[in-house]
Amino acid sequence: MHFEYQVYEADFVNAGAASSAIKKTLKQLNINPSIIKRVVVALYEAEVNAIAHAYGGTIFADIESDKITVKVVDTGPGIPDIDWAMQEGNSTASPEVRNMGFGAGMGLPNIKKNVDKLNVTSKVGVGTTVEMEVNFV
Amino acid sequence: MRSITTTNTFLSDNPIGTKQNLNNIMTIKEISEVLNAKVLCGADRLDEDYQKAFASDLMSDVLTLGDYNPVILTGLCNMQTIRTCEMGNLDVIILVRKKKASEEMIEMAEDEGMVMMECDYSMFKACGLLFSAGLEPIY
Repeated sequence: MHFEYQVYEADFVNAGAASSAIKKTLKQLNINPSIIKRVVVALYEAEVNAIAHAYGGTIFADIESDKITVKVVDTGPGIPDIDWAMQEGNSTASPEVRNMGFGAGMGLPNIKKNVDKLNVTSKVGVGTTVEMEVNFV
Repeated sequence: MRSITTTNTFLSDNPIGTKQNLNNIMTIKEISEVLNAKVLCGADRLDEDYQKAFASDLMSDVLTLGDYNPVILTGLCNMQTIRTCEMGNLDVIILVRKKKASEEMIEMAEDEGMVMMECDYSMFKACGLLFSAGLEPIY
């Protein structure tokens, strides 16, 4: 099953809509609730990142019988130092993002904790792609 | 182009729910009474038992709880409060510090089958009262 969702810069009202849709689909497929939680926590953090830090982007999700693969492609400023961004507590979030309850430098580390595979690529001035995979078994 | 690849085996090796028949459980009704809180939605679930609570205004922290499903106390009062709890399978939300939920928030919480309540106490007081009443921390 293939799904695509558009997310838009600073659209905090709808932040999480894609993650919510994926969660409902995984529940319908009777995936283990612990695994669903890991998928949606990681996806939600990535979705918020694209809305908070980038100029929006596209979420591609592919659900197979044994795993889900998600790719979040944003157009945005990019991440100059991915290793720095992967460390807990490091953040470039705006006050607006912090007012929404995010921006404490937990996003990428949270994603890493919850997925089986993670690949982050970024080009400054172009954008960032976060690819993640979670196995169902 | 910079790139990193990591693999991870993070798993919840000791998942403990909150709805266990152990000591120190409280019903949602008891929690609302201790906090003198106003239940906004989910009134049909007041007899359900909870054992643990977690308090934070930071949603990324709320998303680090693994398989735990505690009652959530927060002073963050916007749509992301509900969304975050939805993603974390957290379905009892207590808004502290006199925060008032919007109609939109209540509607979304209702759609998700959540209990949500408003409490006029500070985070410190609300947590202290629930801790004294027997609710346990996650860590």
